[in-house]
Order: sequence, then structure tokens, then C-alpha cells
Amino acid sequence: MVKETAWCPGCGNFAILGALQKALAELEIAPQKLVIASGIGQAAKTPHYLPCNFFNGLHGRALPPATAIKAANPELTVIAESGDGDMYGEGGNHFIQTIRRNPDIINIVHNNMVYGLTKGQASPTSQYGMKTPIQVGGVFEEPFNPIVIAVALDAPFVARANAADIEQTKEIIKQAIRHPGYSLIDIFQPCISFNKINTFAWFKEHTYYLDAGYDPRDRQAALAKGLEIDRFPLGVIYRQENRESFNSHHKLTAPLFQSKPDPAKLAALIDSKL
Amino acid sequence: MRGGQEGDFRAPLDHQMKNELSIVICGEAGQGIQTLETVLVKLVKKAGYNVFATKEYMSRVRGGVNSTSLRISARPVDAYVERIDLLFQLGLDLTKHLRRRIGPLTRVLTEIGNNMTAVGVVAGILGLDRSVVEEFVSQYFQAKGPEVIGNNLAALRKGYEERLDLGIKIVTDPLVKEQIMVNGAEAVALGALAGGCNFIAAYPMTPSTGIFTFLAQQAAAFGLVAEQAEDEIAAINMALGAWYAGARAIVPTSGGGFALMVEGLSLAGMLETPVVISLGMRPGPATGLPTRTEQGDLNFALYAGHGEFPRIILAPGTLAEAFELSARAFNLADQYQVPVIVLTDQYFVDSYYNTGRFAPAKVAAAPAIVKTEADYRRYQLTKDGISPRGIPGYGDGLVGVDSDEHDEAGHITEDLTDVRPRMVEKRVKKLAALQKAAISPTLIGRRDYKTLVVCWGSTRNAVAEALGALKKRDVACLHFSQVYPLHRKSAEYLKKAKKLISVENNATGQFAALVKRETGFEFDRQVNKYDGLPFSVEELVEALNG
Repeated sequence: MVKETAWCPGCGNFAILGALQKALAELEIAPQKLVIASGIGQAAKTPHYLPCNFFNGLHGRALPPATAIKAANPELTVIAESGDGDMYGEGGNHFIQTIRRNPDIINIVHNNMVYGLTKGQASPTSQYGMKTPIQVGGVFEEPFNPIVIAVALDAPFVARANAADIEQTKEIIKQAIRHPGYSLIDIFQPCISFNKINTFAWFKEHTYYLDAGYDPRDRQAALAKGLEIDRFPLGVIYRQENRESFNSHHKLTAPLFQSKPDPAKLAALIDSKL
Repeated sequence: MRGGQEGDFRAPLDHQMKNELSIVICGEAGQGIQTLETVLVKLVKKAGYNVFATKEYMSRVRGGVNSTSLRISARPVDAYVERIDLLFQLGLDLTKHLRRRIGPLTRVLTEIGNNMTAVGVVAGILGLDRSVVEEFVSQYFQAKGPEVIGNNLAALRKGYEERLDLGIKIVTDPLVKEQIMVNGAEAVALGALAGGCNFIAAYPMTPSTGIFTFLAQQAAAFGLVAEQAEDEIAAINMALGAWYAGARAIVPTSGGGFALMVEGLSLAGMLETPVVISLGMRPGPATGLPTRTEQGDLNFALYAGHGEFPRIILAPGTLAEAFELSARAFNLADQYQVPVIVLTDQYFVDSYYNTGRFAPAKVAAAPAIVKTEADYRRYQLTKDGISPRGIPGYGDGLVGVDSDEHDEAGHITEDLTDVRPRMVEKRVKKLAALQKAAISPTLIGRRDYKTLVVCWGSTRNAVAEALGALKKRDVACLHFSQVYPLHRKSAEYLKKAKKLISVENNATGQFAALVKRETGFEFDRQVNKYDGLPFSVEELVEALNG
């Protein structure tokens, strides 16, 4: 791992990294049994800053390798982690199709509603009216709503956290790791350099915690919660255990690198062409 | 160069052969040509005849005109001929490219009714044992019930009783019974299994869907993961993730899909993660002719991907080579940690013939994975540029790979004075090892040649057969089944020739240009074909005689 990060002092990424490390430590997941797949962007650099195996691939493409890594070795804990531009923009179709495919992976999205590494352009989650050097007249597109999309696709675990609350973020990550199938954790996080609107204070003002009586197994209620955009609810919005996962569908239980080809079977298949 | 105008190849069509029958079945999509092809090929092969079959079809589900060409012969046949002895026309229409193949000696049968009548006619011509044929057809339709069997047997008998005499007498070949009958797609897929393939991610695209289908159907039996990806970008990124985690993955595709994979190919180069890409070519640009054939994507395979990184490109010319190279692709990718592209084309994957039983033991999987130590570094600098490849979860070390320039541990770096140059050199110098391991081209014909015909990939068999019919006897063929990097001794073959001719199923002579770049030798003549159809033996005879 690398000690010096490429993040700005005060960046919300530090809080997410801290919450992730605490969750992994509390669940006693050995770095050797953990793979973090990421794309490109500041959030995607996360795996360089904690001890783990990592596949830091292409922009928008963390989910397909994460799916395959989990399939190739079901004994690994696999996290796909990147920012909102990476997961919801460049990788938007993989986001949708991965939820449909339902691999047993955890998808952590650092959502700061802006492009940081390319210095301040709009992201898919940027709010209406945000002015940037490109969106000079302000963002006019409907902000991408990952929560509603994930619930609509019946994702097994859908949560939203606020990076400022490290304790709750950690707890949600732990629940997601333990939950079978695909888990989405969309984490609000301020970009202190390029987003002067959605600050720590803004996120505090525009979020609230789901109360103890909320039932995340109620899909209709989850959709309604996802549609609340004046004040965003925080916590586990939806969870279910009804769907077959990618691994169980393909009956993948042992690592593929341990599988031995069966010469007799292949010889018989060849002979079937006689 | 030849664009394939109508009426080009009249002359050779007049020569009817006595020990061989060339049959074409044509009709609309949905008329059951595929069933007819399957039944005839199996039946005739079972009876001990050499068979070659290839098809050309339109990109539609119903209607149009599709055709299957079959050669039934006393001697081994493995290439496409224009000549038609017997044409079964099931539909009302013929395409221009079919019509020009009809010569004065072609017997055209229309309104034959049921497909099995055609099978009966062929069985009658060959003098196949009627009870054996009837048994075969009954077996074939067994699942469909007694009524379907009865109808088909009646149609079969009708054809048999035509007692058509084409003056052809074909003897059987005792070797055929010991041989298998597969097409190019099956040969590639079986090779992949032999090479230890246990993961396939793909998006369906003609002409590579057959490989995907075959492996998907064997997935349960062989314990492999077969997943239809949302697009080719996902497919190659899945394959890279799978290899990274210790699997052996293949991505079959065609030009358009490969175009979407290009960033992933570059990623493979940077991560030094092995990957096998089976690229079945069809005519472009863009959607081009989706169901036709061309060797137009060699340059694309050669140069695809931003940045500098080595790769291997294989191009089998025979079914045996397809099996062997497809298997070896996995070991080569694993050993050298590079992308390996297996180039085929529609003609190649859709063509069948009887061939020797494949021998998997010769090309068995040899995984090159190491168990990691605590201080493991994925990109440890070594003399030949190849670092021991660990995988996550196997050993005490951590395995990090990064699409950014990285240090030995896989972490992002912008150290431009030391790390960047060393890492570039590490990746680039693997090419030297690939050159040493390159597969030698195959010389077909006499060694004291004056004219050398150079070809690659699927054109091999047609060129080889054409050599035997040329006026001049001092012509040989040099076939490349590895087109990049070239084997060191390639130039020696070229040097011996007084005249060099290239044969390529493309318009611009992409391989000829590559050979010139790599060896300095220039071709005296290029024979090119780019109408979407494969070279026939006859047109190669004509072109090479000229």
C-alpha cells in the first residue's frame, strides 16, 4: 500500500477509506482474501491506500472484472469501488447489468456530485443548476438516481451513507459484506476543491436518518424513499434475499485456478464428432 | 485485383470430375437447408466418403437465398470449389453469385418437395445402402414422432428412386471412419477446452457465435463459466478479471465487437494480464456484410490498442491447426502475459470436413501461476521482462495490478526518471521472447520452388489444392499460421523465391505489407478477393496461372 494519498486535505474520501478499513478489521477479512476492483478517478485510487489485492482497471469498468474475479474465486471478498462519474456515467450500463446479474460483490460509490480528477465538470449526479466551466448555463439534465434504479432492478442490498458519519458508513459496509448477492452503497461525500455547493454542511442539511421503524424489506417503501430528493434518507433503504446470485447460478463454489481439466471427458467429446 | 465480377470463372466449371460430387443446396432461410446439410454431411461421412461443406447465407431469419456447398469425394477435400455438379434449388430464386457457378454440366433440380428427397437423390447417386440410410433418417427424426419420421422416409424413398445418373463413381475411403467431422468453430472451441479454458464472456456476433454457443453448451459438463455480457467492453473486462483471479478466459468476437474491446486490449497490455481473443473476421467497415467472409482485420488486430505493448496473432489454416493453436493460445498468453488473438473468418468457422482425431494431450494446459510470498511484487523486474504471475488468494502476498503506469508492486507512479522507463522496457522486451517462440510457417509443395505463393489463415487449403492444378510445376505455397510476430526463418523462404505472390481475402494486401515491413521482401504480385466470398480452388488456379 501507498502511504501518501493523491487526495486533497479534508477530502471526504479519507472518511470513506477510514470506514472501509474499520469494517474490514471488525469482520476480520484478511487483506489476502480481499480484492478491490476500481476504475479511474480520485475515489478509484482507494485500493492503493489500504492493504489488499487490487485490480485498478479502466474508467467505468470496475464492475465486469469484479464480477469475474468473484466468479473465478468465490473465496474472495470482492469490492468494486469508484466515483459517481465512473460507476453511473462511463460505466452506467455495467451498473444496470451487474445488478441484473447479481454477483456477490459490494459496490461502493463515492458520490460527490462532481468530476474531481478532471477538475470540476458535471457528473451524472450533479444537481440541477450547478454551474461549471463546461455547464456554463448550469446543469439541466435530470440527476441520476442510483437508489431508485437499484431498487427497480431488485438489487439485494441498497444503502446510502454520508461519509461524514464514519460510524454509520462502517456499519453499512459491514452489513453489505455479510449480505448475499450484489450490494450498492452510495456514499455522499463532499469534493472540497470543485464542488462549492454540495459541502459537508449541505449534505448535513439535505439528509436525514431513516428511523428505527423503517422496514427495508418493503420494496414500495424503498422506491418512495429513493424518490425523496429534497432531503435524502440515509441508511439501508432496501434489502432482500430472494434472488439467485451469479455464483449460485453458475454453481461456482471452488476457485477456478484449482480446477483440473478432465482429459477423458474431452476425448469423449471429440469422439462424439466421429 | 479481383472484385468478383460475374462470369469470371466459367472455364474450370466445365470440368466434371468422376471421383467427386459437388452439390449445392440453396433456398430461403427457414426452408431447412441447415437440417439438410447436417443430415447429408453426417450420412455421407458415416458411409466412408470424404466430405467438405461450407455455407454462405444472408443476414436474415426468413427468406432470401442461402446455400450450402458440399464436396463428396474419394480423396480428402478441404476447400471450396465453384463447380456445381448437382444443384438442389428449394426456393424460387437464385443469387447472382450462385447463378454464375452454374456450368453446362450442372444438373439443376427444382421442386423436389421435401428436403429428405434431396438426401434420397444423393444416396441414390452414391449407391448407399438403402436400409442404412432409412435407419439414419429415422434416428435423426426420432424425437419428432412417428408421423414426422414416416413423412421423411417417404420423401427419402422418392429421391432414392429417381436413380439419377451423373456418370460419377466415387469409392469410399477407409480412413474416413477413424476421422472426426467438425467445423472451424468447433475446432476452435474444442481447442479452447484442451487449453484449459474455464471462463467465456462474450456478446453474440456473427461469425463467432458458434464458438460461444458450443462452449456454453459444454459449460456444465466441463465446469466453465459462460456468461453473455452486456457488450464487448464488459466481455473483455470480465475476461481480464477472470485471468487476474486465476481462470483461463476466452472472448470470441468479430471486428465490430473487437473495436469495442480495444481499450480492454490495451489494458491487458498494461496489466500484463493474459487474455485469449478469438476474432472471427467478416467484411467491414462498420456492419459491412455481417454473414460473409473476409481477411480484412489483420491490421486492426496488429495495431489495436493505445500505447506500446506486445501481442501474438495466430491464424489457423486447417481444422487441426485451429484446435492446436486455440489450445496453445492459452499457454502462450499465460506464459508471456500478453493478449493472444486467434484470427479466423466466417468461411473458416462455418466450413466442415473430415479430419484426424484431435489429440489434446499434445497441447495440454500448463498454467504458469505462482504461489505468492509475503513480499510479492506483481511487476518484479526480471531479465526477460516476464514477472512471476501470482493471483489473489493463493499465497501470503498481495497482487495489485493497475492501468496507470505502476511500480513493481502495481501502485500508481509518476516516477519518470526510473520507474516509467524500466516498466516500458519490461513490457516491450517481451517481444523478443515472443519472436523466439513464434511458430514457423509451413511450406506446401516442392522445396525447389521458383514461385512462392504466400498466404495466411483460412486461404491455406484452397491455395494448396490449386497448386496441384497449375500449369507450372515450380510453384510452392508458404502458409503462416502465426502472423505476428513472424518466425525468424520466414525471410529465408522468401529469399529462395524468384517470384513472390501473395493471396489474401482482402483488398489491400495487409499481410503482404506486414511481411515487407518485417522482412524487407516485396511481393511481385498480389491476388486479392474482397467480394465477401472465400477464394475457390478454380479462381486461384486461374489467378496463379495468369
